[in-house]
Amino acid sequence: MKFSLSWLKDHLDTDADVNAVADCLNRIGLEVEGIENPADKLAAFCIAKVLTAAPHPQADKLQVLTVDAGGEPLQVVCGAPNARAGMLGVFGPAGATVPSNGMVLKVAAIRGVESNGMMCSIAELELGDDHDGIIELAGDAPVGQVYADWAGLDDPVLDVSITPNRQDCMGVRGIARDLAAAGLGTLRPLAEVYKTNAIAPIDGTDPAPDVATLDPEGCPAFFAQTVSGVTNGAAPAWMRKKLKAIGQKPISLLVDITNFISIDLGRPLHVYDRTKLSGGLVARKAKDGEQVEALNGKTYILDSSMTIIADDAVVHDIGGIMGGEHSGVSDSTTDVLIECAYFTPEHIARTGQKLALTSDARQRFERGVDPAFLDEGLAIAVKLVLEHAGGTASAITRAGQPPIAPRHIAYDTSHTLRLGGIDVAPEKQREILESLGFGVSGEWQVTPPSWRRDVEGGADLVEEVVRMVGLDHVPSTPLPRADGVAKPTATPMQKIERKVRRTAAARGLNEAINWSFIPRKEAVAVGGEHWSLANPISEDMKVMRPSLLPGLLSAARRNMDRGAPSVRLFEIGRRYLADSERLTAGIVLAGEKTSRGWAHGKSVKFDAYDAKAEVLALLAAAGVATDGLMVMAEAGDHYHPGQSATLRMGPKNILAAFGALHPATAKAFDLDGGVMAAEIYLDAIPLKKAVGFMRSAFTPPALQAVTRDFAFLVPAELPSSDLVRSIKGADKDNIVAVRLFDQFGGQGVPEGQKSLAVEVTLQPTDKSYGDEELKALSEKVVGAAAKLGAVLRG
Amino acid sequence: MTDIDTLQSELIAAIDSADAADALEAVRIAALGKQGSVSALLKTMGAMSPDERQIQGPIINGLRETVTAALAEKKTALETAALNVRLATERLDMSLPAPEAPRGSVHPVSQVMDELAEIFADMGFAVAEGPEIEDDWHNFTALNIPETHPARAMHDTFYFPPDDNGVAKLLRTHTSPVQIRTMTSQQPPIRIIAPGRVYRSDSDATHTPMFHQIEGLVIDKGIHLGHLKWTLETFLKAFFEREDVVLRLRPSYFPFTEPSVEIDVGYSVVNGKRIIGGSEGWLEVLGSGMVHPKVIAMCGLDPEVYQGFAFGTGVDRLAMLKYGMDDLRAFFDGDLRWLSHYGFGALDVPTLSGGVGA
Repeated sequence: MKFSLSWLKDHLDTDADVNAVADCLNRIGLEVEGIENPADKLAAFCIAKVLTAAPHPQADKLQVLTVDAGGEPLQVVCGAPNARAGMLGVFGPAGATVPSNGMVLKVAAIRGVESNGMMCSIAELELGDDHDGIIELAGDAPVGQVYADWAGLDDPVLDVSITPNRQDCMGVRGIARDLAAAGLGTLRPLAEVYKTNAIAPIDGTDPAPDVATLDPEGCPAFFAQTVSGVTNGAAPAWMRKKLKAIGQKPISLLVDITNFISIDLGRPLHVYDRTKLSGGLVARKAKDGEQVEALNGKTYILDSSMTIIADDAVVHDIGGIMGGEHSGVSDSTTDVLIECAYFTPEHIARTGQKLALTSDARQRFERGVDPAFLDEGLAIAVKLVLEHAGGTASAITRAGQPPIAPRHIAYDTSHTLRLGGIDVAPEKQREILESLGFGVSGEWQVTPPSWRRDVEGGADLVEEVVRMVGLDHVPSTPLPRADGVAKPTATPMQKIERKVRRTAAARGLNEAINWSFIPRKEAVAVGGEHWSLANPISEDMKVMRPSLLPGLLSAARRNMDRGAPSVRLFEIGRRYLADSERLTAGIVLAGEKTSRGWAHGKSVKFDAYDAKAEVLALLAAAGVATDGLMVMAEAGDHYHPGQSATLRMGPKNILAAFGALHPATAKAFDLDGGVMAAEIYLDAIPLKKAVGFMRSAFTPPALQAVTRDFAFLVPAELPSSDLVRSIKGADKDNIVAVRLFDQFGGQGVPEGQKSLAVEVTLQPTDKSYGDEELKALSEKVVGAAAKLGAVLRG
Repeated sequence: MTDIDTLQSELIAAIDSADAADALEAVRIAALGKQGSVSALLKTMGAMSPDERQIQGPIINGLRETVTAALAEKKTALETAALNVRLATERLDMSLPAPEAPRGSVHPVSQVMDELAEIFADMGFAVAEGPEIEDDWHNFTALNIPETHPARAMHDTFYFPPDDNGVAKLLRTHTSPVQIRTMTSQQPPIRIIAPGRVYRSDSDATHTPMFHQIEGLVIDKGIHLGHLKWTLETFLKAFFEREDVVLRLRPSYFPFTEPSVEIDVGYSVVNGKRIIGGSEGWLEVLGSGMVHPKVIAMCGLDPEVYQGFAFGTGVDRLAMLKYGMDDLRAFFDGDLRWLSHYGFGALDVPTLSGGVGA
């Protein structure tokens, strides 16, 4: 909502300058988004008289002028055809910046003749589009004075953001009322503003127009009046100036009157050219598929939920949103019908959303216009039309009833202290509410004014009181604090997330945050398309990720494209499955694990075991006893089928998948070379119950442990972990650790087999082992291995 | 000079002149070996009379001790010299680079969320969570934003296609639905913060379709606007670790609060950057207000008994204000250079004793 300071002062009697007004607006909840004074950029430009004008000796189209700008006469070269001796215009001296192009004027020779500045056009000063010649001012313009001051351009324009609840502040008058209530001045009576004795219906003698509403839900009230014999032309200068100041282009008297009233009073109106209407006007629901060509030149297809205004033949108006092209007024219009209606806000909102059509009228009707102001709105419009366009008015048709039943709120003045935290005397509260137009009875029955449909209960009244008293005066009050040191608040899962994150960072991984939505193709490749947006911002951000890998892989590629030799990225976030959102940690390792170095030579690439190492470390950080996990297949089709696995707690609960990325997947992400990936399904980690802080007693074994090495030939496809697990189980009392330390195949190993070597740690408890006992234990180890087809190597 | 004196001089000279371990060993054998000259003298003592032994014993033993000590000393000297020679050949260029270890980092958004959790934990707030794929009721209706409310136009909502019942889920446009989920699942007193991802169909230089918000909610008996003011002042001072943080409260409008308050924070310009603190200018940082009685009632609580406040702000924005990033889009690009530059070390864990900033 834009308005100039002088426009505000039409309604508000105040000496406040623009900064005081802006401060007050911010204080009471009308946020000032900008203040612009057109005079600021015109400060250097002054009124000047052309004393002489002679042809330029070197150029046919130029003249050499002498100009009196209040000091010594100056020589100025000018190209405007209308420049002539005796005229008054606007002069920009050397040093001034031309608003339209940012050029700084300087003393310079133009085709050999010195010029000390410039006589300016309307367009150059950004006061309009006219650039046919230099500005011509009236003969009484004072030479030497700053032009903007004399022309009344020193009038700052405020741009105020109006929140959706403030229907009343969609007009300058509502803003003035709020400022008056805040003590910034006095609200002038409306009649005084419109220079009349009283705002009263102007009931003319012409027959009242034939209008009706058949849609009391969408358009409960449709007031109308005609004026015949009008002359449409330019609006009066004061009105055009106000509209121009806020960036509204004057169109014609009749259109400008409706725009002016809309901005001044927040009361939208519509004016029809009566000669273009066929029969009476009716507000009704549109028929499905009915069309209207709106004033913006676009055709809209309507449906039966929308309220429109139509005559016998066509739709003329999308009620409360935009008028139709067909019956709009033109320069030749002589007979008009003025519509002043009430449209139901919810209907306007729905229709506007459906048609994706915004307008100044919609913004106002959507918030709700004052339902008690139809007669006044119509009266002011008719008055302005009669005054400036002539003609005779008709009687008034009032079809339907606007919803004006007053609402009453039983208010307890202590509510302000209870909710607002500030003690305001009841008399002060009454004064504030009354100055805002609220009715307040002796028993504190509060009646909100007709222009405040947002006020529904006590909390709203507290807001009115507190914002007028000033939020700055609300005393800061500490929240009650529980005794003692703050209690821990993090949930077990939150703690897991923190530990995993910081462990990953400690292990050299960089945390990224990637988009939750990914291209469909990528989602399908890593788990499927469970949630696809109906209105994505682009096809690349369409499907909620079922896995964290696509985002990480894309980020890896971007880094590689930038020349990063090594990428270690992780992310902790949700993956989105059909039934729920699940916390997940994703890892991508790409490029070099170690770059070439003086100590070890060539660079080393990541392999699948690097991914496994990260997964195990992060699971351990999350509190998982990783020794007991099962290594199984089925990591997913996006992994290398022979170099990937899942880690499970029991055969069904998959805690993580990891491995080398399938070359086809890597290629799809434009990644070369081996790329390792992993996902840890943090949601699958069983949460531990708190068991207190006490650890079990420390009981180191008294006797030295013994290690024995065993090498076995096993079937090539046997997972080494099976052998290890089997040996571990051979004698749980004595075997405390089994560590695989060698694997090889090929030469010396029979076809279809491989050699695995393990170091078995034996821990005696009561007494040291004798030869016989060691022999028996060895046999148990060999026996357990044999169950898997393993043969001890000789 | 006695014979013994002479022998000692000769042996010491031989020890001194031994230039290697084997030469020294030869001297030792010649003196102290079975056939050695000193050993021979020792053997003579058995045949001496007690008186003679009384005189000769100490002299001969003295000889033996002197020679033994000289041998040991020389041996050490020779070993040290040999070690020095070996060490001299083992010299390395210690300016060569050590093995490289990758340096990981924590994303600023995660770091700031940890900072917020730490600060609010001290004020008794727990961290609550909720789904990002939300329903209309939690995201809008329960927050007093009916379908036709103009406020819905302020949210550019991402929707999913309607299900078989014609109900369309959406991506939450703010963290406020967590307020609803908390109030409908637990009884007051409630003190929570709810950080998380939110989504709006908006993409330009300063907006990304996904970003992070944090919501705060306090519901209890007798909680009022003064508590809101104190909480946000206390939080912002703790977060920016500055005492000169100045707040400006402006009345505003959110459908789910009444009264609604927009919070501006004062900044100063230092080296061309806006630094929080002072009041040279104002930045909008928080939306807040007293929870609307309708919202409280919608959650099944009695607004006559319980009231409280809520606030929300952008986590990314807080990170930018505190740590100086100026491009939101870079937060979600995964550029290792950016992550290293703006990221945090694994051990930069925010604590109250160490300070929440890093």
